[in-house]
Amino acid sequence: MTPLFSLDSVSVSFGPITALKSCSLRVQAGDRLALVGANGSGKSTLLRCLHGLVKPGQGEMTQGLRARQAMLFQRPHMLRASVLNNVALGLWLQGVAWRQAQDDALQALRRVGLADLAQRNARALSGGQQQRVALARAWALKPQVLLLDEPTASLDPTAKREVERLMADFSEAGMTLIFSSHNLGQVKRLASRVIYLEHGRLIADLPTNAFFGGPLPSAAAYFLKRELV
Amino acid sequence: MRTRDGLLTIHSSKTFRMNTFSGSIAAAFSLLTSFDPTLQAIVARSLAVSASACLIACSAGLLLGAWLGVSRFPGRGAVLALLNTALALPSVVVGLVVYLLLSNSGPLGFLGWLFSFKAMVMAQSVLVLPVVTALVRQTIEDADASHGEQFESLGARRFMRSLILLWDERYAVLTILIAAFGRAISEVGAVMIVGGNIDGFTRVMTTSIALETSKGDLPLALGLGMVLLAVVLLLNVAIALLRRWRERLDDPVPDASGGVRSALTAPGARP
Repeated sequence: MTPLFSLDSVSVSFGPITALKSCSLRVQAGDRLALVGANGSGKSTLLRCLHGLVKPGQGEMTQGLRARQAMLFQRPHMLRASVLNNVALGLWLQGVAWRQAQDDALQALRRVGLADLAQRNARALSGGQQQRVALARAWALKPQVLLLDEPTASLDPTAKREVERLMADFSEAGMTLIFSSHNLGQVKRLASRVIYLEHGRLIADLPTNAFFGGPLPSAAAYFLKRELV
Repeated sequence: MRTRDGLLTIHSSKTFRMNTFSGSIAAAFSLLTSFDPTLQAIVARSLAVSASACLIACSAGLLLGAWLGVSRFPGRGAVLALLNTALALPSVVVGLVVYLLLSNSGPLGFLGWLFSFKAMVMAQSVLVLPVVTALVRQTIEDADASHGEQFESLGARRFMRSLILLWDERYAVLTILIAAFGRAISEVGAVMIVGGNIDGFTRVMTTSIALETSKGDLPLALGLGMVLLAVVLLLNVAIALLRRWRERLDDPVPDASGGVRSALTAPGARP
C-alpha cells in the first residue's frame, strides 16, 4: 500500500537550530498517529513539515497520494468576523464561491454542534468553542489527512472531551489523524500508533499498545515513566 | 475683519496684542465663533488637501506595507532601512523636491501644477506615504509572525494573506491612518514651497500660522494653531467613537458560559 507520507532522513533547521534531525517515517491512510515528546522535541516542526509549511533542509519527503490536508493549531486564530465567515473563509480560499462556501460552512458548524452560533462573533466564543470552530473550518475542506498540533492543550476538561469526540468521529469516517499531544491518556484513547521524539530525533515508532506496554528505548521509557508518575 | 493679506483680523486688534496664552485662547475662541468665511475656507482647504493626500498615500501605502510585511526577498533589509529612514523626511526637503519636479524646467513641469491645490496634495502624499507604508508593514509583519501560518495552511498565498491580515488588523490600521492624517495636516514646509501660500487659493492653516508668526501676531498665530488642533480633535473624536462602536461589535468579551456548554447538547449537534 502506497504510504500517504514518506520521510527519509528529513532534517529541518531554523538558522543554527536543527529542530528535526534525520527523521524517517511512513504514514498510511487511516493511521491515527500521535506524536509525543517534551517541549522542543520537534513535534510541531514535524507536523508543519508534513503539512508543507516548512521545507526539509535535508532528506526527502514524498506524498504518495495527493491527499487533501488540513491543520488545526493549538491556538486557532479567529478573524474579527462571524463564526460562519471564519469557517467559510477556508473554503473560499480553496476556490469555492462565497455563497456556496457559507452554505458548506454552516454544514460544517452543524457537524461540530455550533450551528446556532454561526452569526456570533468568533472572538466572543470560549477557547473550546473556538477550537471547535477551527475543527469545523478544517473539516469543511473535506481533508483526507487532519494534522492537529496539541489541539486540546489549553482547554478545560469538558471542551477537551468534545474535541476528542470529534477527532474520534473524523477518524471513524476514514480521516487520517496525525496529532501531537502531552496528554498520554488522550494518546491512549485516540492513537493507533505513537511516535516519540526527543531533541528533534525520532526515538520510537510503535503501535499504541506496544508503546504503553512493551519494552521501549531507554529515553522513551524514561519519558513515559516521568509522565505517568 | 480683514488685513491687507486677507487674513482675519479680529486678531490684530489691541485686545489680542498681548503675547499670552489667554490672548491666544481668546483669539481661537473668537475665530471659531465668528464663522469667518475666510477662516472657513482655509480650514476646508486644509482638510481637503490633507484628506486627498492621505487617500492617495494610504491607497498605495496600505498595499505596499502589507506586501512588505509578508514578503521575503533579497535586499528586503535594505528596502526597510530606506523606508524607515524616509519616516524622518523633512517636509521642506519634500517640498523642494516636488517644487523641482513641478517647476517649468522639471520633468513634471508640463502638468502646470506648481502653486496649486494639486501640488500641495502631491507633496503631502509623498510625505505621508512612508509613514503609512512603514507602520502598516510592521503591523502586518507582527500579525503574520503570530498567525499568518494559519491562513497559509488554509491555502492563502502570500498576497492574499497580507490582505486578510490587513482586514483583521483594521483597528491598528485606523490608528495608522489617523497618524498619517496628523502628519499631513500639521506640516507646513512642503505646502508653503509648492503651494506658495496664495490667499484664497493655496493658503492653509499651517501656512496662515507661519504668516501670522512672521508678522509678529503671535496670539493670532497660536489661536489659529488651536483652531487647527480643535478641528483635528473633532475628527479624532469622531473616528474614536466609530472605532469604539465597531470594536464593541467585533471584539466582545468572550462568552465564559459558552465554554462549559456541551456540543452534544447544542442544537444541530450530531448524536
